[in-house]
Amino acid sequence: MSTTMHDGIASSGRAGDSHVLRPGELDLSHKVILYLEDISVSFDGFKALNNLSLTIDAGELRAIIGPNGAGKTTMMDVITGKTRPDSGKAFFGQTLDLTRMNEPEIAHAGIGRKFQKPTIFENHSVFENLELAMKTDKRVWKSLFAQLSGEERDRVSDTLKRIRLQTEADRPAGLLSHGQKQWLEIGMLLMQEPRLLLLDEPVAGMTDEETERTAELFVSLAGQHSLVVVEHDMSFVEALGGQVTVLHEGSVLAEGSLAKVQADPRVIEVYLGR
Amino acid sequence: MRTPLSVRLFQSLPRTGWLALAIFAAIAWIAIPAAHLLLPEGHALYVSAYTVTLMGKILCYAVVAVAMDLIWGYAGILSLGHGVFFALGGYAFGMYLMRGIGTDGSYGVALPDFMVFLDWKELPWFWVGSDSFLWALIMVVAVPGLLAFVFGWFAFRSRIKGVYFSIITQALTYATMLLFFRNETGFGGNNGFTDFKRILGYDITSPQMRLVLFGLSAALLIAVLILGRYLVTSKFGRVLAAIRDAESRVRFIGYQPTQYKLAIWTLSAVLCALAGALYVPQVGIINPSEMSPANSIEIAVWVAVGGRGTLIGGVIGAFIVNLAKSFFTVSFPDYWLFFLGFLFIGVTLFLPDGVVGLWRKLRGRRPAATETATPTPAATPQGAKA
Repeated sequence: MSTTMHDGIASSGRAGDSHVLRPGELDLSHKVILYLEDISVSFDGFKALNNLSLTIDAGELRAIIGPNGAGKTTMMDVITGKTRPDSGKAFFGQTLDLTRMNEPEIAHAGIGRKFQKPTIFENHSVFENLELAMKTDKRVWKSLFAQLSGEERDRVSDTLKRIRLQTEADRPAGLLSHGQKQWLEIGMLLMQEPRLLLLDEPVAGMTDEETERTAELFVSLAGQHSLVVVEHDMSFVEALGGQVTVLHEGSVLAEGSLAKVQADPRVIEVYLGR
Repeated sequence: MRTPLSVRLFQSLPRTGWLALAIFAAIAWIAIPAAHLLLPEGHALYVSAYTVTLMGKILCYAVVAVAMDLIWGYAGILSLGHGVFFALGGYAFGMYLMRGIGTDGSYGVALPDFMVFLDWKELPWFWVGSDSFLWALIMVVAVPGLLAFVFGWFAFRSRIKGVYFSIITQALTYATMLLFFRNETGFGGNNGFTDFKRILGYDITSPQMRLVLFGLSAALLIAVLILGRYLVTSKFGRVLAAIRDAESRVRFIGYQPTQYKLAIWTLSAVLCALAGALYVPQVGIINPSEMSPANSIEIAVWVAVGGRGTLIGGVIGAFIVNLAKSFFTVSFPDYWLFFLGFLFIGVTLFLPDGVVGLWRKLRGRRPAATETATPTPAATPQGAKA
């Protein structure tokens, strides 16, 4: 009896393997992980985003640059559910409509965000910061009785090693240096095991050496994860090596390799013109 | 390899904590009953009925203070209306006590006196079942719990925070007080309930009953301290502290702060209600003035004086403020409110971490920043190796 049922499921799986739609799950069948179309957001008449359209492929490492006020942070707010767009479409994969989900739902679906100013839990230890961020069932009832398994403990240790904070594990996170806080926040992001990472000025306040290591880390994450990095530091963007999108006044001004966009007269105009 | 819940409950308190609870239990359950019942009046160690009742009352307040600390100290939600849950718990049990009077009231009929006075012929529908002890216990938990849940659901869902939340909790307790002041509401108007005779058939004024109520208050306090300690050392407690410190970050890592706040808020309200239900038979009266905004503010003062985010601070604060209150209202009744005001200002200015904070400072121990999000030994990598 059980074997026949198993066969039945297996064969139906074979029949429909061209495209199985699973509600609530990330669908990457068209290689696109993030799809923004004609997004507009205005605050008191000021257009923060103006018909912004942008697509990010699965596994891509994309840098976003642009002068202050170009709409970079607002774009991240729209993607993570903090701000609702006035118009336009925002999809995660083929099926998940980001404009209809709230922040925790979007986080669960697999989008992690690092803020411009490091926001970590300063009164919690470094270890606890990572523990709280870890991908797991995050409902009240589960948290009441949660215990770290050996495997989960290992995952925290691995991340601690990766962000080079092993020796700081039991210290309150508020006592870390600025660069270490940035790394801790990146570590928290990794613990969430997101498919798409949004990183807002991740190397601000880091030493040159830390910046270099961060670039290495991001490059090693690409492929398995997709990354969108907002940054002003051009040498860091160069070290990332991926495609670059230039935002200006709430929409895309240019897109391509760093060398290509740097040669674009409109980009030069925007950065140096006034 | 999962640790059983009982073991984790045991581990949530340090050894000194268990020792302190054991000493407290011995005093409350053995020493004081013995001193009250066995020693002759006038003996140096005799504990008077007044003292037992006063202590029992303060134990109930201490439970309220711990419940307040759970939401204020650990989740950052300052309620200035917690008196309403305390009073509703008291009223729910008071209804049972009123029915227990039976025909011994001044009119000699089964209806409570105030209903006879209002010329009501029969019990209103919401008094049905109130003669059952079990029903009364259910109501003690259910009514305040439901009110807290509904109120919290709307408030937290709308992301009402900080001082705005505090103000609407004041409005909640004030509005409920006005409602209970009305005779038509059916809870005795501004006189409330009093003249209780018996609980489960036993005389409520007997020394034995006094000691049972006192002992139950102590038991409730012990239970609430252990439960509270478990909660704040669990992952649930760490999420609460994270919500207190950086709520939006918590949202972005996938927790729904609304549900966490609602859970601790409702639990806190229910704990207050249980304290209220034990308080009413000990003091012998419940009336709407328990819901006055000033009473609720006083609860916050207890916690501030003792030290927020420490649990035990609430107990210490409740004892300090209420013993001072008993002293002042007897010796210098006119100066009590001035003293309370100065105490609050003084603590806010000079002792932001309360008495517990002062104690830690004097012992030269810098309060570890993780104290509020206390890691259990098992939550650190070292613990894993051990």
